[in-house]
Amino acid sequence: MRDFDYAAPTSVAEAVKLLQDHNGSARPMAGGTDLIDQVRVGRISPDLVVDIKKIAELNVLQIGSDGLHVGAAVPCYRLYHDAMIKDLYSALTDSASIIGGIQIQSRASIGGNLCNSGPAADSTPSLIALGAVAVIAGPQGNREVAVEDFCTGPGKNVLGRGEFLVELKFPARSANSGSAYQRFIPRNEMDIAVVGVGAAVQLDASGKNFVSARIALGAVAAKPLFAAEAGKLLAGQPVSVETIQKAAEAARAIATPIDDMRGTVEFRKHVTGVLVMRVVQQAVERALKTKSGNAP
Amino acid sequence: MSTVEKPASTPKYKVIGTRPIRHDGTDKVTGRAKYGADLRLTGMLSGVVLRSPHAHANIKSIDVSAAEALPGVRAIALCGDIPDAANKIAELGEGSVNLQHLRHNVLAENKVLYRGHAIAAVAADTIHIAEEACKLIKVEYELLPPVMTVLDAMKPDAPVLNADVKTNSLGEQTDKPSNIAKHFRFELGDIAKGFADAKVIVEREFHTATVHQGYIEPHNATAMWGQDGHVTVWCSTQGSFTVRQQVAELMHVPLGHVKVVPMEIGGGFGGKIAVYLEPVAAILSKKTGRPVKVLMNRADVFEGTGPTPGSYIKVKMGADANGKITAAEAYMAYEAGAFPGSPIGAGAMCVFACYDIPNGKIDGFDVCVNKPRTSAYRAPGATNAAMATETVIEEICEKLNMCPLDFRLKNAAKEGTRRIDGPVFPRVGMVESLEAIQNSEHWKTPLSGKNQGRGIASGFWFNCGLKSAATATVNGDGTVGLVEGSTDIGGSRTGLAMQFAEALGITVDQVVPTVADTDGVGYTDVTGGSRVTFATGWAVYEAALDISRQMCKRMAEEWEVPVDQVKYENGGVTGPDGKRLGFAEIAEKSVKHGEPIVGKGTVDPQCPGGAFATHCVDVEVDPETGKVHILRYTASQDVGTAIHPAYVEGQIQGGAVQGIGWGLNEEYFYDDKGTMRNSTFLDYRMPTCLDLPMIETILVEVPNPGHPYGVRGVGEVPIVPPPAALANAIYNAVGVRMQQLPMSPPRVMHELLKKNK
Ligand SMILES: Cc1cc2nc3c(=O)[nH]c(=O)nc-3n(C[C@H](O)[C@H](O)[C@H](O)COP(=O)(O)OP(=O)(O)OC[C@H]3O[C@@H](n4cnc5c(N)ncnc54)[C@H](O)[C@@H]3O)c2cc1C
Repeated sequence: MRDFDYAAPTSVAEAVKLLQDHNGSARPMAGGTDLIDQVRVGRISPDLVVDIKKIAELNVLQIGSDGLHVGAAVPCYRLYHDAMIKDLYSALTDSASIIGGIQIQSRASIGGNLCNSGPAADSTPSLIALGAVAVIAGPQGNREVAVEDFCTGPGKNVLGRGEFLVELKFPARSANSGSAYQRFIPRNEMDIAVVGVGAAVQLDASGKNFVSARIALGAVAAKPLFAAEAGKLLAGQPVSVETIQKAAEAARAIATPIDDMRGTVEFRKHVTGVLVMRVVQQAVERALKTKSGNAP
Repeated sequence: MSTVEKPASTPKYKVIGTRPIRHDGTDKVTGRAKYGADLRLTGMLSGVVLRSPHAHANIKSIDVSAAEALPGVRAIALCGDIPDAANKIAELGEGSVNLQHLRHNVLAENKVLYRGHAIAAVAADTIHIAEEACKLIKVEYELLPPVMTVLDAMKPDAPVLNADVKTNSLGEQTDKPSNIAKHFRFELGDIAKGFADAKVIVEREFHTATVHQGYIEPHNATAMWGQDGHVTVWCSTQGSFTVRQQVAELMHVPLGHVKVVPMEIGGGFGGKIAVYLEPVAAILSKKTGRPVKVLMNRADVFEGTGPTPGSYIKVKMGADANGKITAAEAYMAYEAGAFPGSPIGAGAMCVFACYDIPNGKIDGFDVCVNKPRTSAYRAPGATNAAMATETVIEEICEKLNMCPLDFRLKNAAKEGTRRIDGPVFPRVGMVESLEAIQNSEHWKTPLSGKNQGRGIASGFWFNCGLKSAATATVNGDGTVGLVEGSTDIGGSRTGLAMQFAEALGITVDQVVPTVADTDGVGYTDVTGGSRVTFATGWAVYEAALDISRQMCKRMAEEWEVPVDQVKYENGGVTGPDGKRLGFAEIAEKSVKHGEPIVGKGTVDPQCPGGAFATHCVDVEVDPETGKVHILRYTASQDVGTAIHPAYVEGQIQGGAVQGIGWGLNEEYFYDDKGTMRNSTFLDYRMPTCLDLPMIETILVEVPNPGHPYGVRGVGEVPIVPPPAALANAIYNAVGVRMQQLPMSPPRVMHELLKKNK
């Protein structure tokens, strides 16, 4: 392991400057649960680690009629301890409570999970399903990118030199909406998703029909996938096993997994369908219980 | 959670059968116990090993000049620093090793045979400098195609790993280099007639994956090569004397000039018998004149140390209409890894050992592949074999419409049964282990849920005896310092102290057991083969008898009576006319005048008594994902006498859990270049506590007639039945027969998808 310098800026501007000045050899660090391990095994060797946890904007956790704001350094435990997030953004709570164990969750952030840009990251499908937008700060000021457009390949994303993630913005949720995330792992803990599926659904007032749905897949392609077509197939359709089955087929069709030590192509494609069924059904159950949202 | 079944005749013991707190417990739970990585010596350097990134390659050159020039680098070790070894075989107690192969395994000379094969080692002021220096060593390779499975390696045109390995075929030495180091055969009766007499015959092929022992503590070694040429080695090992022998023979140093200090050990399971780092640390210390510590990380452990072999096994078995086995045949090829020496011999002796089979034939093959040299792992070779036999039996039972438990009872090996490889069993407990399951609440409780199934399987392991020594010094206050040489992996210090206390009629708290270094105790073989409680237990028993004899002699002299009129009983010496003095009082006298009392015991017992186990498991299989959820698990075992029942239960639970991991998820996952892709505990999936129910245990006590307290080894056989029991349960749950390990969700799902097509 190589030596590195450490800085803990307290403002966004300062952080941007540090990152920019180091010309690509500086790395932002939130919880460090990915970063430190990667430095340790020599996968990356930054000259400077920029600890972003001391910046106020990155610790914001706010829910209101304009939706939900999650600062990029907010650790998982703060999310799953919030009852309102649990009710309205259940998929996010599912993800935050799955990532690692208690020690990891008290450090690991959703921002870090997204910026690490692993294809199997457990929160990214939930972010996509919930329609989250990444707010990015950089030398040219702030810009926004929909989460489904954020990752570009294994460990790769749209962040340019001097840029970093400030927060994740989620639109407000209405009554009769529900969401869920599930992953398949061979053990019951300590594992990386072999397939992960996040889904968010909006039902009509009767609870019998889908108004809209968003479905996202993890671990079945080089990056997390937004299964837009699968969601569209549900919009305006009755809630039934048959309609969900069709969406599951559409989701399976876009999966392009690989054979590796975590699973085979055959298995991952098959389980994608299984999980879409299970996750959409769970999201529907939750929607039926959601009598009011935070939308104005 | 556990029941102990004691035959009525078991004598009553005072100490044996109780559950005292272990002597080493407090230090371990408070973090004070010293492991190899904790060692800090003045002037100590850090050593790091450079390992091969390739599975199979010739080394064309090694250039260490840039590494040597790095400030802080003190020495670099290469294979040439180990004196050339003849093709001599060193006996290591449980197994033997060819010294030239050991030398080439410790540091590769002109060929690397597996990814992770050690090539060079650097000693430097810090571990970081040593790591950087390793990156500066330039190795030029000529890549060769990797040979990763036994079936590939056995092909006539397969690339050959070792030019000096030539097949020993049915006792004949051939002279063409080959990956097949050995082919042997066992035969009994008339196999053709046996199959002709059968009503049903089932023949199946099995593939099992390479798996690791998965001990929590990585290998480590620290060495100090003194100016006088004497070497001290501190390490994590199952046998300090076996490390002494390997280091002495490799480095051409007299045995007495090597002292090995066994540190506490965080698991071994058979994988900490062969040396890896010890000679490397010794060379680096010799070159620098300073102590050098070398540690492995987890990837080093997976890639560089002994897994247990993957295998290909074909089993054919026939039974008559009454469910009596008439014939059985096995073809078994085990991965040796880079150098010959797989546990195929043991596997072949175990494959049909649970049953009385009149006609049999077993062919065994020891096959080199581009993986780390395999080492022992709990009942080495037997688990692979049981997977085959025990699932074939289930198919026979299905065809005969017979209860698999009744079938096993009908065919169970008993006293007098001859194994296909020759030996005749003494009194053993196969029948009792089956009956214990039959009578268990588990077996009597039917399953009701969907996709649920129950499976049983049995297993056998020999256990071994080998040599042990112990000494015991009686202190003036009645405490005793008990010194022995078996490194303590499973609580053996306490199990030994209990046998010692029982023999002298004192309490276990009076005994202070210590595991000594090789200069501090007589020769003792490895902690392996389930032998410590048995053999070292016997040595401490002898030491206790020695003490009691000395006490009798002393009291006879003091009371001025002939020695045959005094007797050691109930924790003291009794003489004529109601004369009596207790242990502590004699101890007090012994330090005041006369000779000190020091007991000694040395043994080489011959009848370890084989161990049999039967496991019963209930599973529920998710039919949409192939994931196996274990609902309930019961393990019954003939344990001889349970000296410390909690430790026996622990051994059974631990073994069962390792077998479950082997059955369900564990495997070395290789890419096409022969690189292990899952050399972390994240992706090498051992079960966690969330994946398991409490393992229920039934201790069946059939005392071993070959031991003063009836002890049988218990530590190994519990790993044997689980994969087969799980396979049988999976079949009964969802109707697919698994013939490949591990039975991971993708594999089970694959079979389910095939079936539902
Ligand atoms: C034991 C263990 C278990 C784990 N289990 C899981 C699991 O079950 N599921 C799962 O998905 N992950 C798991 N992880 C991985 C990891 O914990 C998560 O990805 C976590 O969310 C990362 O967050 P962090 O705050 O620690 O990120 P960090 O390690 O701080 O950063 C991760 C990466 O993102 C970059 N980064 C961080 N913040 C920003 C930012 N604001 N802007 C730009 N770049 C940034 C860093 O430079 C780094 O490259 C596990 C890790 C460990 C060690």
